Amino acid sequence: MALYSDKVMEYFLHPKNIGVIEDADGVGEVGNAKCGDIMRMYLKINDDEIIEDVKFETFGCASAIASSSMATELIKGQPVDKALTLTNQAVAEALDGLPAYKMHCSVLAQEAIESAIEDYRKKKSQ
Amino acid sequence: MNIYADNAATTKMSKAAIATMLDYMENVYGNPSSLYGIGQYAKEKLEEAREQIARIINAQPREILFTSGGSEADNQALLSAAAAGERKGKKHIISTAFEHHAVLHTLKKLEERGFEVTLLPVHTNGIVRVDELEAAIREDTCLVTVMTVNNEIGTIQPITEIGAVCRRHGVLFHTDAVQAVGHLPIDVAAQNIDMLSASAHKFHGPKGVGFLYVKKGVRIQNLIEGGAQERGKRAGTENVAGIASMAAALSESVENMEQTKARLTPVRDRIIKGLNEIPHSALNGDPDQRMYSNVNFSFEGIEGESLLILLDRKGICASSGSACTSGSLDPSHVLLAIGRKHEVAHGSLRLSLGEDATAEEADYIIDAVKEIVSYLRGFSPVWRDLTEGKKEFIL
Ligand SMILES: Cc1ncc(COP(=O)(O)O)c(C=O)c1O
Repeated sequence: MALYSDKVMEYFLHPKNIGVIEDADGVGEVGNAKCGDIMRMYLKINDDEIIEDVKFETFGCASAIASSSMATELIKGQPVDKALTLTNQAVAEALDGLPAYKMHCSVLAQEAIESAIEDYRKKKSQ
Repeated sequence: MNIYADNAATTKMSKAAIATMLDYMENVYGNPSSLYGIGQYAKEKLEEAREQIARIINAQPREILFTSGGSEADNQALLSAAAAGERKGKKHIISTAFEHHAVLHTLKKLEERGFEVTLLPVHTNGIVRVDELEAAIREDTCLVTVMTVNNEIGTIQPITEIGAVCRRHGVLFHTDAVQAVGHLPIDVAAQNIDMLSASAHKFHGPKGVGFLYVKKGVRIQNLIEGGAQERGKRAGTENVAGIASMAAALSESVENMEQTKARLTPVRDRIIKGLNEIPHSALNGDPDQRMYSNVNFSFEGIEGESLLILLDRKGICASSGSACTSGSLDPSHVLLAIGRKHEVAHGSLRLSLGEDATAEEADYIIDAVKEIVSYLRGFSPVWRDLTEGKKEFIL
C-alpha cells in the first residue's frame, strides 16, 4: 500500500500555484521550521474582495506541500468570505484523504489562508 | 537506475541465506526437542549454526543465545544486567544519548523502576569519549551499554577501549552490535565484551532472528516463559531454518568483509565529496571513524521526507531523520544528540550502501540529490529567508 493517495502524489510532484506574489495584498505564514513545516501564502485580492491570484511556498513533507497546493486551488477565484469557510477536512478530502498523523498538514493549510486574509484585512484597515 | 541504499534499515537476503533457509524448511523440519532421528538431526544442525556463529566472534557455542532479533537481544541483556545489579544494590547504568530505541526505551523502563541512568554525550563527531565514560563509573554502576556502530550516522565507537575500562572497574559491558556484526571484525574475548546483540537481517540474513552473546558466568534472565529451549533462557521452539540461514549469511558476510570495506570506502567518500558541494549542507558524524557504507547529510532549508519521496521516484531508496518519516513530532534523537538543530535535523538524508554499490551509482545519487535539494529549496520559505538574510544560516 502506498503511503499517500494518487492525488497527494500528483499535488506533491506537480504542485499548482507554487511561488511568490511580489505585490501581494495579504501574506500569511504558519508553522515553524523546528517542527518541520512552514507554509507561506500570498494573496492578490481585487476591489470586489475576490481572490484573483494565490501562490504558496512550503518547507515540509509531501503532504504539507500537497495540502498547501490544494488549498490554493480551492480558494482561487473565490470571495474572501467564502475562502474563510474552507476547512482542513475539505482540503484533506480534496486530496482523497491523508494519513491520520498527517492531518495537521491540512490544518496548517487552513490556517495559512486565515493568516493571509487576516494580514489583508489589517493592511486594508490601515 | 534502481539503487537500494537503505541497508542500515534492512538488507536483501543473500543467495546462500535463501538456499539454506529453503533447504532447512524442506529437510530439517523436526523439533530439536524431539528424541527421534529427525528431531535430533534438527538439534544437531541448530548446534552447528551456534558453533559457526560463536567461532566468528571468538565466543564459546554455549555463550550464544538465539533470539527473535536485535530488539529482543537488547531487552534481554539490559533487563538481565539490571536484575543482577539490583540484587547487589547496584542501580546505576551508563549508556549514550544516541542508542537505538530498543536500548533507550528499556532504560526508560528501568528508570521507572528506580534505576539511575547516565546518558553520555556523543559530541559533534558522534563518538563517545572513553575518559568521560570512565569518569561516569560509580560504586553502584551495574552496566555500561554502548552501541558498536550508530545506525543513523554510522560512527564507530571505541568499543575495545570501553571494554578494557569496564573490565578494569569490574563493570558489566554490553554492546548493541546490530550494525557491526558481519561488517566489522568482532572478537568478544579480546574486546572484553560481556554481552553483545546482533540481528540477522542487517547482514543479509532473514528478519526476525538474531542472537545475544552472553559471556560465561554472566547471569541472564529469560523474557519469555515456557519450555527449556536455549538452556532455559529463551522458551519457544527454535527457528531452526532462520538460525541456520543467519549462520550462512554471517559466514559469507565476514568472509567478504575486508574486500567489501576496500571497495565501498572510496564509493562512500565519493558521495560525501559530491554532496559536500551542495551549499549549506554538512556531513553528520565523523568522516573517518564511520562505517564504510554510511553517508548521512543535513541540507539546510528543506525537509527530509519530500527529499526521500523524490529520490524514490528516481529509483533511490534512502532514509531520513526527519520527524515526518517517523510519525513523531521530533526529528531523529541521534542528530539532536550530535548537536544538530531541529531545523537541519529535519533536512537529513541517510544513505547506507550495499556491498555492490559502484562509483557510477554514487554519481547518479549525487546528481539526483543535488537536483532535488535545489528544486525543494526553490519554493521553501525557510530557504528564501536564509538567502534574503532574514535568518542566519546554521550550516
Ligand atoms: C542499532 C540497532 N539496534 C537494534 C536494532 C533492532 O534490531 P531488530 O530489527 O532485529 O529487532 C536495530 C535495527 O533496527 C539497530 O539498527
